[in-house]
Amino acid sequence: MKYSIFNLVKNSLSYHQNWEKAWNSPDLKSEYDVVIVGGGGHGLGTAYYLAKEFGVKNIAVLEKGWIGGGNTGRNTTIIRSNYLWDESAALYNHAVNLWEGLSSELNFNVMFSQRGLYHLAHSIHDMQEISRRGYSNYLNGIDTEILNKDQVAKQIPHLNVNGRYPVHGALLQRRAGTARHDAVAWGYARAAESLGVDIIQNCEVKGINVSNGKVVGLETSKGSVKVDKVGLVPAGHSSVLANMAGFNLPINSVPLQALVSEPIKPILDCVIMSNSVHVYVSQSDKGELVVGAGSDSYNSYSQRGSFDMIEHMMAPLVELFPIFSRLKMLRSWGGIVDVTPDRSPIIGKTPVKDLFINCGWGTGGFKATPGSAHVFAETVFRGEPTDISGPFSLERHFSGALVDEAAAAAVAH
Amino acid sequence: MFIIDCPYCGERDQTEFTCHGEAHIARPSNPNEVSDEEWGRYLFFRNNPKGIHFERWTHDHGCRRWFNVMRDTVSDKILKTYKMGESRPEVNE
Ligand SMILES: Cc1cc2nc3c(=O)[nH]c(=O)nc-3n(C[C@H](O)[C@H](O)[C@H](O)COP(=O)(O)OP(=O)(O)OC[C@H]3O[C@@H](n4cnc5c(N)ncnc54)[C@H](O)[C@@H]3O)c2cc1C
Ligand SMILES: [Zn+2]
Repeated sequence: MKYSIFNLVKNSLSYHQNWEKAWNSPDLKSEYDVVIVGGGGHGLGTAYYLAKEFGVKNIAVLEKGWIGGGNTGRNTTIIRSNYLWDESAALYNHAVNLWEGLSSELNFNVMFSQRGLYHLAHSIHDMQEISRRGYSNYLNGIDTEILNKDQVAKQIPHLNVNGRYPVHGALLQRRAGTARHDAVAWGYARAAESLGVDIIQNCEVKGINVSNGKVVGLETSKGSVKVDKVGLVPAGHSSVLANMAGFNLPINSVPLQALVSEPIKPILDCVIMSNSVHVYVSQSDKGELVVGAGSDSYNSYSQRGSFDMIEHMMAPLVELFPIFSRLKMLRSWGGIVDVTPDRSPIIGKTPVKDLFINCGWGTGGFKATPGSAHVFAETVFRGEPTDISGPFSLERHFSGALVDEAAAAAVAH
Repeated sequence: MFIIDCPYCGERDQTEFTCHGEAHIARPSNPNEVSDEEWGRYLFFRNNPKGIHFERWTHDHGCRRWFNVMRDTVSDKILKTYKMGESRPEVNE
């Protein structure tokens, strides 16, 4: 059923009691052409594009918990594409292009809001970094503006530009913004299911069967299943899944936290990020301030971050926005993010034939969801990388051709 | 985690320490002879286990020395801290 004003009116007549389910809970079949492991935005999106653009019929998405319950439903939803290197610019801008049409593509409001994002610069060095990145974005056709202090002060009235962390300027991407994280998972799930994809929740993959170097099946908490191809999209658990198939990854899983304040009236109409003092903030449509910072230094699967990290987020926030100092924080939570040495994702083949992986998105993969899913679907379908996914192969860790967004920009999200 | 037992200083608050990843990784003794793949594995690939992890920490705001920690990455519980150069403790399942 299409979501439309007509159906809204029609269903209001029965007090919204008779809407059909957005997706069903089928039983696991004994055999699939493609199984996607991990029901986050990237996995569900991959299944959707495999069905929609590549006509694959017999697909399942296996999720050990509930869909979107991983990092997709835990992130602070910042979307941008102003990365330094050409390879990243191509990948993240592909995503932003898809974000712009996603609500109508999926017939589901993902609340994509291009409210603009400011990367603050607090020193001469920061100004040099944003200039370098800004000009690189410009050459890659990504919208970008380098602002001076006065322009920033005028556009963000409550920002304290003369405090302990003086603001020298900012890099602005107007096409950047936020989206509703749950809606992205739900929208892809509903659209994928309407194309015949089985979405199977509470189904944990516990083993990967490999025969003569080719993936042939999966052992799950709901039984065994035969497969032709598998796409692993398990984010924080990537190493765990890779180990089941007998190989290692250049990944560490670490906790990353976020928190939200009590809801207040509209006060911040853009996204603010500061890499030097490490905090970022936006205001949700419910009115809460959504605040995040850096990850912890130690590996963990505990899904909770260290206590002192909260202070590391709040101290710069109240320094930059003294007006927020008396707000109460309502909730904090953590996710486990899969971090690569160069802070770029791994998309492509693995040492096992017909077993593909899309992981390593670490602290910043929500923004890439549609682009990542789209190029990964093509990679799985063709069995070969695409122009965009090619540079993000696992092999780059042997050839040395890293896409080093970490050292270049020190940007977390 | 909260309290970490530095082998040199004793028990201190976690905020005084930083973790620096997996321990006991030996640099190949013949760098000129190993293949690109072997070198890449040495530089970048990690075990990243869900369970017992051996890792290097520094006591930044204390003695500033490096030491090793055996920790469960599911509960974050520290099972043992020991000096650099000491061998990896046994894991009793
Ligand atoms: C606090 C926080 C803030 C963040 N902020 C931002 C941000 O502002 N902007 C941004 O772009 N990114 C951000 N990120 C990163 C972003 O959330 C992730 O990169 C992205 O959501 C990853 O999506 P995914 O679909 O790959 O993974 P997930 O949504 O984590 O999905 C992976 C799924 O795999 C499932 N799974 C794991 N093991 C198994 C198994 N054995 N069997 C079956 N299923 C399994 C998990 O349950 C999970 O649902 C943030 C992350 C966190 C934690
Ligand atoms: Zn010490």
